[in-house]
Amino acid sequence: MTFNIYDFTSFNRWIDEGLNSIMSPTWALITEMAIIGIVFLLFYAVVGLFLVYAERKVCAFMQNRVGPNRVGPYGIFQTIADFIKLLMKELVYIKDSDKLLFNIAPFIVIIASFMALSAIPFAKGLHAIDFDIGILYVIAVSSLGVVGILLAGWSSNNKYSLIGAMRSGAQIVSYELSVGLSLLTIIVLSGTMQFSQIVEMQSNGWFIFKGHIPAFIAFVVFLISSTAETNRGPFDLAEAESELTAGFHTEYSGIKFAFFFLAEYMNMFLVASIAATVFLGGWMPFHVSGWAGFNTIMDYIPPLVWYFGKTAFIIWLMMLFKWTFPRLRIDQLLTLEWKYLLPINLVNILFMAFLVLMHWHF
Amino acid sequence: MNSFFKYFSDIFHGVKSLLIGMSVTGRYFFSPGQIVTQQYPENRKNLQMFERFKGEVIMLHDENNLHRCNGCGICENNCPNGSIEVIPARITGEDGKSKRIIDKHIYHLGMCTFCGLCVKNCPSNALGFGQEFEHAVFDRSKLTKVLNKTGSSIIKGVE
Repeated sequence: MTFNIYDFTSFNRWIDEGLNSIMSPTWALITEMAIIGIVFLLFYAVVGLFLVYAERKVCAFMQNRVGPNRVGPYGIFQTIADFIKLLMKELVYIKDSDKLLFNIAPFIVIIASFMALSAIPFAKGLHAIDFDIGILYVIAVSSLGVVGILLAGWSSNNKYSLIGAMRSGAQIVSYELSVGLSLLTIIVLSGTMQFSQIVEMQSNGWFIFKGHIPAFIAFVVFLISSTAETNRGPFDLAEAESELTAGFHTEYSGIKFAFFFLAEYMNMFLVASIAATVFLGGWMPFHVSGWAGFNTIMDYIPPLVWYFGKTAFIIWLMMLFKWTFPRLRIDQLLTLEWKYLLPINLVNILFMAFLVLMHWHF
Repeated sequence: MNSFFKYFSDIFHGVKSLLIGMSVTGRYFFSPGQIVTQQYPENRKNLQMFERFKGEVIMLHDENNLHRCNGCGICENNCPNGSIEVIPARITGEDGKSKRIIDKHIYHLGMCTFCGLCVKNCPSNALGFGQEFEHAVFDRSKLTKVLNKTGSSIIKGVE
């Protein structure tokens, strides 16, 4: 066995050959799927809990507070304690609610983000499914989550839930366009939708530098619209504590509420990792074409560090948005999308296509 | 044409003001020395409360164990919850006249809302606010306090 922190392909092949030598190929495939599923579940829980902690700490520092600091050193076990508390809470039965949809809704939300996570490349070889239409798949699957939110609002038999769910629907229908178009700008530049190839093409410079002006505009538009798509502040109209108590998850308690909560943070992680992969090179180290010595030094930093560093930076930016800006009104939200982001995006795609035709990119 | 320029100037003004806001919160994020939260049980030794803090009602005594209360009972009349009871006594002064003084100034901390009417209305400024705030006790009767210290007497010339 050769374990290499820079390339996991040989490690994967070693597991595959080991499993195939002790059982039939069908059972080996099933075992591999089960292993990957368990790994993703654990990853999901750990990242979700860590992000909740990180959010509380980042928010506290931005407001000159200390944040959670009582449970464990620097309060790192705070979210675990919260999670245990949520597990023990009663699942309240809501009178006249649609029981089936009410119970299914949190799972739809969580499955959508879970499926999208599988297409993200974490490092060389650490990639569960490498579709040749990877970006399309991620956009399609991650927008399924809104179905869960709509069902949650509809089945709760509560006006606040319904208003929150409808707002969320309007919001996602409009901002999905901007997410798709800003990713399309980069697809025009890269010529492929496959995540592994997109990362591979950034080995001599990240797309945000290669595509300079239009890529940067697309990056900013993607940040804004993906923040809206994950229902995070300043676009958290679907929850809007001060207006709708808690929006679509008003009536949820216990572990079902925890599912919505975790899914929100996982969606944030998901869009941050898509932004990191498409615009900032994913696990690819920072390379400048021509500087051979500099590039070899950068290669010594493991790809996992690069990947999580970039993702953490984008998550920090999204937290900065949430804790700086006040919430938009619903008409301001739609004005921002249809009158500003969408026209800018369309012109930006034309600009990028012109740039690629003229070979003005690096 | 005018609206065309307005569209772009709106965008630039919007981006500019958003960046200003983000720079403010970003600056706070990167300067942890500005944290204003007090870590209460840890800093108990050197905790300084503010001058205007209303911890509890106290009777002000000077270094000779003298106070300014003559037992007039205005604080008792002003208290909206009836948390003050003034028990006066009568003594015979040097000139042979009978004189009203304070025997016990009883203060029920458990009923007090810290409105400050007693302190404000005292004609001889005998009452004040103390800075003590750790009032939790295991028995409710411990919340009833006698404000004038034992053996204290009134300052000459304020009655």
